[in-house]
Amino acid sequence: MIKASTPAFRSPVEIVQITPAARAAATDSGHSNPMVAISGLYKSYGGFEVLKGCNLVVDRGEVVVICGPSGSGKSTLIKCMNGLQPFDRGSLAVDGVAVGDRVSDMTRLRARIGMVFQHFELYPHLTVLQNICLAQVHVLKRSKGDAQAKARALLARVGLPDKERAYPAQLSGGQQQRVAIARALAMDPVAMLFDEPTSALDPEMIGEVLAVMLELARDGMTMIVVTHEMGFARKAADRVVFMDRGAIVETAPTKQFFDAPRAERAQLFLSRILSH
Amino acid sequence: MTIAGLDFGVIQRALPFLLEGLALSFFLTAVAMLGGIVLGLALAVVRLSGWKVAAILAAGYVNGFRAIPLVLVIFWFYFLVPLALGHSVGALQSVIIAFILFEAAYYSEIFRAGLKSIRPGQWQAAYASGLVYFQALRFVILPQALRNMMPLMITQAVVLFQDTSLVYVISLRDFMTSVSIVANRDNRQIETYLFAALVYFVVCAIGVASAKRLSAPGRAA
Repeated sequence: MIKASTPAFRSPVEIVQITPAARAAATDSGHSNPMVAISGLYKSYGGFEVLKGCNLVVDRGEVVVICGPSGSGKSTLIKCMNGLQPFDRGSLAVDGVAVGDRVSDMTRLRARIGMVFQHFELYPHLTVLQNICLAQVHVLKRSKGDAQAKARALLARVGLPDKERAYPAQLSGGQQQRVAIARALAMDPVAMLFDEPTSALDPEMIGEVLAVMLELARDGMTMIVVTHEMGFARKAADRVVFMDRGAIVETAPTKQFFDAPRAERAQLFLSRILSH
Repeated sequence: MTIAGLDFGVIQRALPFLLEGLALSFFLTAVAMLGGIVLGLALAVVRLSGWKVAAILAAGYVNGFRAIPLVLVIFWFYFLVPLALGHSVGALQSVIIAFILFEAAYYSEIFRAGLKSIRPGQWQAAYASGLVYFQALRFVILPQALRNMMPLMITQAVVLFQDTSLVYVISLRDFMTSVSIVANRDNRQIETYLFAALVYFVVCAIGVASAKRLSAPGRAA
């Protein structure tokens, strides 16, 4: 399964262009220079439509939580944002680069967008320090010394200053996810994508990961977070996006979303997950 | 050195001759492994790539070579390559080419299974951090795949070592052939074949033991 989820290697020619549709989507909603501009995004697997015309604009510095029942297309949408999932139709621009466009340099775009996965995806054969340094050295061409200094500073920031020599298998799930966040931050990303970062964690470890994410949000990082953690959404999110069956059903400022969700399906979803 | 009527002195006397044969067996094993691993990795990567035509050609190569016995491949290269080139090639050169091409088919399958054993999330994580395909392969996927593949690679090497005895068909003198020559010349079949069995056993036991060690759980990941 090497190529299945992999767009073909693209030549490193950088021609940055926002598609007209994405620009229109951005200006329509009054955003001049958004971090993410998605318009009319469609994607299907075989005959099954996973995304049915999604529109979303995320501003710089904004924290957006995407929630919704499983199978609603949240993970697919967030993986489209850095080209890990190709889409069929529509337009998607991140930091001014049109994703999925043949002339865009996806490799360089990806280096600027941090991604945190549900299953951490730390490299098991490398130590914590090597995990955090790998892309710094081979993508950003930082010296080993600079990369390690950066890694150590970030490990301190996520509360794991004494784990640099550990292998991922020697860490708890919460610790692994904090290392994964540090690994993404080491690339000095302009935005961070989180794909259900706490879903694979034991309950007692969720807090430590959310604490790191909350701090990141307070520091002004642009964050797009797919999660079921409504507590995090309340505390950190500027807006909440509710997805159901491949469509964005509701986009609302956080307070409004929780106090008075307009969409019926969002009301039902909230009543179910907040009642226990 | 006579035990139970068997004269093991024959081995001592023929030792330099036997060691020459053993050296050829080790040499062929090493060369075929090295060449087979390089070519096999390339074949596996091509087969797993999205490049359809090349993938089909690579699959044809692998399945073709795995469908014919090694001894036939050795014959072919010895008799056909000179025909194709218009001049003769040495027996050793032809057998080296035959072994590398043949082993590549098997190593390719080992690599393919090894690469597929790494879950897609590792590729995604590598790509998400801005690594390109070959960087992801080299720094993230291959090191993990190699660890998973190590037992199979060693098993393959053990089989390969035993298969070097097939070069007798084109009159090259590997270890087994040397043993046969000594056995018939000195009419000491039992002693020499016992010795041959012992040597094969020791070499292969070392291989199997190291494969076991490498695949043992609890090694630092």
